[in-house]
Amino acid sequence: MNPLTGYLLVAALLFAIGLAGALTRRNAILVLIGIELMLNAANLNLIAFWRYGPHPEALTGMMFAIFSIAVAAAEAAVGLGLVISIHRHTHTTDLDEMNRMKG
Amino acid sequence: MIEKVDQIFVILGHWLVSFLPSTLQPAAMVLLGVIAIIATFPALFALTVLLERKGLGRMQNRYGPNRVGPYGLFQPIADGLKSLTKEDIVPLSADAVVHFLAPVLLVVVVFMGYAVLPIGRNMTLVNMDAGLLFFFAIGASSELSVFMAGWSSRNKYSLLGAMRAVAQMISYEVPLLMSSVAVVMMTGSLSLGKIVDAQNQYTHGLPHWYIFTPWGFAGFILFAIAATAETNRSPFDLPEGESELVAGYFTEYSGFKFALFFLGEYVGMMGISGLGTTLFLGGYSAPFEVLGFVPSWIWFFSKIMLSMCVFIWVRGTLPRLRQDQLMNFAWKFVLPLTLLNVMVAGLWRFMGDGWLRWAVCSAILLLAYVTMARLGMRKEHFGPRSYRYAE
Amino acid sequence: MSVVFYLIAGLSVAGALAAVLLKNTVHCALAVTVAFAGLALMFLELDAQFAGFAQILIYIGAVAILVVFAILLTRGSDTPTDTVFSKKPIVGLVTAAGIFAIFGWAILHSAQFLPHQTATPSVTVMDIGNALMGRYVLPLEIVALLLTAALIGAVIVAMHEKAGAK
Repeated sequence: MNPLTGYLLVAALLFAIGLAGALTRRNAILVLIGIELMLNAANLNLIAFWRYGPHPEALTGMMFAIFSIAVAAAEAAVGLGLVISIHRHTHTTDLDEMNRMKG
Repeated sequence: MIEKVDQIFVILGHWLVSFLPSTLQPAAMVLLGVIAIIATFPALFALTVLLERKGLGRMQNRYGPNRVGPYGLFQPIADGLKSLTKEDIVPLSADAVVHFLAPVLLVVVVFMGYAVLPIGRNMTLVNMDAGLLFFFAIGASSELSVFMAGWSSRNKYSLLGAMRAVAQMISYEVPLLMSSVAVVMMTGSLSLGKIVDAQNQYTHGLPHWYIFTPWGFAGFILFAIAATAETNRSPFDLPEGESELVAGYFTEYSGFKFALFFLGEYVGMMGISGLGTTLFLGGYSAPFEVLGFVPSWIWFFSKIMLSMCVFIWVRGTLPRLRQDQLMNFAWKFVLPLTLLNVMVAGLWRFMGDGWLRWAVCSAILLLAYVTMARLGMRKEHFGPRSYRYAE
Repeated sequence: MSVVFYLIAGLSVAGALAAVLLKNTVHCALAVTVAFAGLALMFLELDAQFAGFAQILIYIGAVAILVVFAILLTRGSDTPTDTVFSKKPIVGLVTAAGIFAIFGWAILHSAQFLPHQTATPSVTVMDIGNALMGRYVLPLEIVALLLTAALIGAVIVAMHEKAGAK
């Protein structure tokens, strides 16, 4: 089997697991963990294609992955800040109980 | 002859490895290096623990331990035997897996940091192109073990100590990285071997160490402050202060696991002082050109032990900082000074040689320090002191 | 495929599965840290050293700690009273399985068009630096602006409200 195929399959599997976690768990923080897993799977995809693609010396894939890591960290910070703020209002992080628009 | 003594460990390693077939030789060389590191630095740890207890004792006007051997020299052996034979108590409601893994993670992470330090000429275990980044990445992972230790003990005080320790460690991580960015800028490489090579030159017999430049001196002091806070040493040891929080995040650990935490802390201290000597004090290069006959690894180890002595000295001298004073210090004083240091390093580079750049850079740094120390850290004025005596 | 790849892939997938399936939230956070570490090892296996070390530094050194702090600040580590999964988890599972099936089919069917082993790219940190300051300077500045905005935003969102405002 092509080594690139192996990496792409692992990335797809991680993406699917992250998606399942984001869709099925009740705690808001675990949804964010699922989103981080999905972003990481996409990064793996980028680096795998950079390594096995034409012109690896152009560094496109690696640069994209590095920017993606930075932006994902910022998004995790803001997301978790929002979760903490919501917890302060409603004293819960259970997503099934946040089904009213009024705070 | 001098070369042979300097390279004695490398020659010994090659000779030992030559008995194996040539396909296994690189792996065996690395394995020998790992065994050497795991054997040397815990031995230095034992020496440092003894030095600290004796040194602190003398600074506090008492003898340190002096019963076990002549001048207490066998005290580390006694301590090791005690911690190995003590009963390993795990609280009933503690999370057993995480409780077990926390000291393991800490020790693994601090030993991995030694892989990129240039201990002597040609004596780096793994000569990576991004060695400095590797060291910082690995050092950042040690914060997780502190949290794991505190949380898994199911103890309010451990958890508080762990949260404080982690908050302190992340706050001081940014000044640690930024103060080494100035060094990276001037060398043009993240590889620790190249940084030492750039400092290994002499003019008129004086070395080109970065500490002898204005930005390097400021950077070294900021790096030392951040390193003291990263390893939870006094005056930043509120998370493990014995009078505040029992033992902080390792309250519930006994016996060998406690010894592992202790080992991890001191080995981490030696690692980060090794990094500090590599970045600012010239790594394995000799102070004066005439002293070049002394082997390079002797210089490295003596600089590390000198840093440890300074750590012990600071512990015995300065009072402990409170948590909010510590965080204020990090974000409002150390971080702006490190950013300014990076800019001053750039100015140094582009001003060209001569006395002018020394004067300008030193003036900027001194002015910034005085301004921030006077204005930035000023709190509200206290009223006149009132004393209450026991009646 | 080498043994090392299978080991690292197994570690990452096991960590991700544990992160999604475990009941205790802090255990999930630690398991996803293991998954991040596995991914960093895969980056190193793919000769992307800078990306691997940046992954360890940022994800394990900062994002994992952030997640753990958020769990502690929102009392997520108390044992949950009822189930941790939502009322109809089957929908999410079917969606995820369907997406994985589509990806898998696409990857395996295009396997003959994918390139094979190419030479190891020798990328130094100096190349990355030159690229960041040369070709990618605009994304760099935009990411800097974005990070500053995120920093200020996160602090404001999570700050305690002042006593007067309600």
